[in-house]
Amino acid sequence: MMYARPSRLSRRHVLVGLLGSLGGLLVPLRKARSAGALPEKLVPLIREATGGVTPQVGRVTLTLPTLAESGHSVRLRVRVESPMTPQAYVKRIHIFSEKNPRPVIARFSLGPRAGRAEVHTRIRLAGTQQVVAVAIMNDGTAWMARAEVVVTAAACVEGS
Amino acid sequence: MAKARIKVPEVVKRGTVFEVRLLIRHPMETGFRYDNVGQQIPKNIVHTVRCVYNGAEVFHAKLFPGIAANPYFSFFTTAEVSGELECVWTDDAGVTTSERVGLTVSE
Repeated sequence: MMYARPSRLSRRHVLVGLLGSLGGLLVPLRKARSAGALPEKLVPLIREATGGVTPQVGRVTLTLPTLAESGHSVRLRVRVESPMTPQAYVKRIHIFSEKNPRPVIARFSLGPRAGRAEVHTRIRLAGTQQVVAVAIMNDGTAWMARAEVVVTAAACVEGS
Repeated sequence: MAKARIKVPEVVKRGTVFEVRLLIRHPMETGFRYDNVGQQIPKNIVHTVRCVYNGAEVFHAKLFPGIAANPYFSFFTTAEVSGELECVWTDDAGVTTSERVGLTVSE
């Protein structure tokens, strides 16, 4: 066929080009995510909460609205994957804020009787920021999740 | 008016996990606010909440000013026997308040 060769070549080119551009797109996205390091001021607080253990990312699902109109009351849901048996359960869940004047928001203690490691509450946020949830398991390991919230009207700003 | 509301299902089957919802009426004054004559409004927040189901602690929270006014919590626990769920909380003014609710557990 007359057209076979040029069309195959062009398809290969297109595929390679597509893969290349996809890769090019994905790599910086991934980098941006992992490079979004923990807020500096939370690092010592998290270390204190975990007893020196560096929390791994995962097992914790932190749900906050992506956009909160008012920082006075923002719904927060934190859920940790755990069988919640006497052998393996979530001991504590810490909630931290990046920009609030008091970065520690709450500390929940749970036990195997909870059956489900999930807590809902409403928090204050002084501006657009990251919220971090750290779960401490009974085996001493720590897991965490982060959520970014855009706050249009901040709460509890000093001096306001 | 009641100081708080605790919501549990009307009847829970033994062994099932159920949700407890707790709403406390409290201003959760952060200590960062000033009144109209420039005086700092003293910090007064509920700093500890404990919920006890038939004598056993099922939920414990340490709270800081980052918790919204009229704190709301929802958590889970496992139904064992019928009885009572009591939540107790203390604020910075040293006031301890409690609220209880009956719990019916079916076989």
